[in-house]
Amino acid sequence: MALQSLDIKARSATTTQPPVARDPIHVAKLIDISKCIGCKACQVACMEWNDLRDEVGTNAGTYDNPRDLTAQSWTVMRFSEVEVEQGRLEWLIRKDGCMHCEDPGCLKACPAPGAIVQSVNGIVDFHQEHCIGCGYCITGCPFNIPRISKKDSKAYKCTLCSDRVAVGMEPACIKTCPTGALVFGTKGDMIRHAEGRIADLKERGYANAALYNPEGVGGTHVMYVLQHGDQPELYANLPKDPHISPLVSVWKGITKPLMSLGIGLAVFAGFFHFINAGPKEVEEEKAD
Amino acid sequence: MGTIQRYTAKERSNHWIVAIAFVLAGLSGLALFHPAFFFLTNLFGGGPWTRILHPFIGAVMFLSFMAMAARFWRANQITTADRQWMGRIKDVLCNHDQNLPEVGKYNAGQKYLFWVMVVSIPVLLLSGIVIWQPWFAPFFPVGLLRVAVVVHALVAWILILGIIVHMYAAIWVKGSVRAMTRGTVSEAWARQHHRAWYRDMTGK
Ligand code: HEM
Ligand code: SF4
Ligand code: SF4
Repeated sequence: MALQSLDIKARSATTTQPPVARDPIHVAKLIDISKCIGCKACQVACMEWNDLRDEVGTNAGTYDNPRDLTAQSWTVMRFSEVEVEQGRLEWLIRKDGCMHCEDPGCLKACPAPGAIVQSVNGIVDFHQEHCIGCGYCITGCPFNIPRISKKDSKAYKCTLCSDRVAVGMEPACIKTCPTGALVFGTKGDMIRHAEGRIADLKERGYANAALYNPEGVGGTHVMYVLQHGDQPELYANLPKDPHISPLVSVWKGITKPLMSLGIGLAVFAGFFHFINAGPKEVEEEKAD
Repeated sequence: MGTIQRYTAKERSNHWIVAIAFVLAGLSGLALFHPAFFFLTNLFGGGPWTRILHPFIGAVMFLSFMAMAARFWRANQITTADRQWMGRIKDVLCNHDQNLPEVGKYNAGQKYLFWVMVVSIPVLLLSGIVIWQPWFAPFFPVGLLRVAVVVHALVAWILILGIIVHMYAAIWVKGSVRAMTRGTVSEAWARQHHRAWYRDMTGK
C-alpha cells in the first residue's frame, strides 16, 4: 500500500514523471538458497503480517504447500529434488514470490493509472484500489507472479512489506527466518554479502555458485544465492535469462503511441479532405 | 424525382445495433489501450466497470454483425469492375465521378470494408475470449494471452480506422445517411453513385 509520496520512480499508465524529490536507499532482499531448510516460517510470517489466510488445499505428494502462489499466498517454498550428479541427490528449496524487478513488466503492461507503482527504493507495489482486474500484469511478468483474487478480481503479490520498510523495519519474512537464509538491506550491501557467501560455497565445492540478479529485467530487488548458478532452471524453473516479452515491451513502448497517433491522423485526414475536395453532391439535386 | 428503398426497417435496426455496440466497444477498449484514453472509463462507470462491460458489448457487436453480414453477404462479392474502380480511387477522392465503372449496390471501398469486418470481428471475439477475465483467461497459457492482447488491439485498431473511413464517407457523400435512417435514397443519388443497382431497381 501507499508508501512515501515523494519517491515514486514509476507509476502504471502514467506518461509523466511521478514525484521523485527524494532518493532513498535502494533496498534488496537476499535469499540464500544454500542456507534454506524449507521450514516455511517465512510463509507463516507473510500470512501473519499481511493478515492473509489461504484455503486449506490438498496434498499433491510434494512439500509445496500451498501448491502455488495465490491472491492469499504471496510467497511459496518450491521444493525440487534434483540429481545434480549421478548418485548425489540435492533438495533445492526456493522461496518463490515477486522479484521486485528494476524494470517491472507488470507495471509496463498495466493500463490502470496508479494500480502499480515502483518506489525509488526498488519496491514494486500493487495498489488494489486502482486495479481494474484486467490481468495484463500477468502477461507482463517474466516470473509468473501476480494472481487475480476470485473474491474481488484485483491483482495481488508480495509487497516486500513496503509498509514495514517505509518505517525502517525489515520485511516480516526476513525477521522470522531462523537460519539467516533471508537477509535484507541496501542493494549494495546485499551484493557484497552474497559475494562472501559465494566465495564460501566455491570453497566447499560448488564451483558454479552465483548470485541471481538477472540483467534482462535490469536486476532485481529480490536476489538469490544459487549453489548451481549456471543452472537456475534446477530451482523449480527459475528462468535463466528472464526479460519482459517483446509482445509487451515493444507493444506498450512504441507501437501504441504510434497507433493512437494514426487514429488521430485518420480523423484529421477526413476533415481536411472535406475542406479541400468538398462533399460529393448529386448533380441533379444541385440543379433543383 | 422519386426515392428508392435501400434498407428495410429490420436492416436499419440491425445496422444501428452493430454501430452502437461498435462505438461503445471501441471507446471502452481504447480506454485500456493507452493512458491518453483512460479518461473514457468515466463513460462506463470507472475502470472496473469498463473492464467488465467491454467484452459483453463486444459479444453483442459480434452477434449483431454476424446477422448483418448474412444479410449483406451476396451484394458484397468483389467483381472485376470493382478492381477497376479501386484503380481509379484518385478520381473518386477528387470527386471526378464522371467516367468511373458502373457500381452495383456497393462500391469497391464499401465491399473491402465489409470483408475487413467479416475477418476482424471473429478474430476480435476469439482473441477477446482468451483475455477475458475472470472467466476464460485463467484457462489459457500466458504466452497465448500475450499474443491475444496484441492481436486483439491490432485488429481493433484496423477496424477503428476502417470505421472512421466509413463514417467519413457517409458524411462526404451527400444523401447517404438517409439510407440508414429513413431507408430510402433519391433516385438521382442511386443513379450517380450506384448506377447498376439503380437500373436493377428501376428497370431504367
Ligand atoms: C467481439 C467481442 C469482444 C470481446 C470478447 C472483447 C474482449 C476484450 C477483453 C477481455 C479485453 C481486455 C480488457 C477487458 O477485460 O475489458 C479487451 C481489450 C480491448 N478491446 Fe475488446 N473485445 C471484443 C470486441 C472489441 C471491439 C469490437 C473493439 C474495437 C472496436 C475492441 C477493442 C479493444 C481494445 C482497443 C482493447 C485494449 C487492448 C489493449 O489494451 O492492448 N474489442 N477486449
Ligand atoms: S489486473 Fe494487473 S494490469 Fe490490470 S489493473 Fe490490476 S494490476 Fe493493473
Ligand atoms: S516479478 Fe513480476 S510482479 Fe514482481 S516486479 Fe517483476 S514483473 Fe512485477
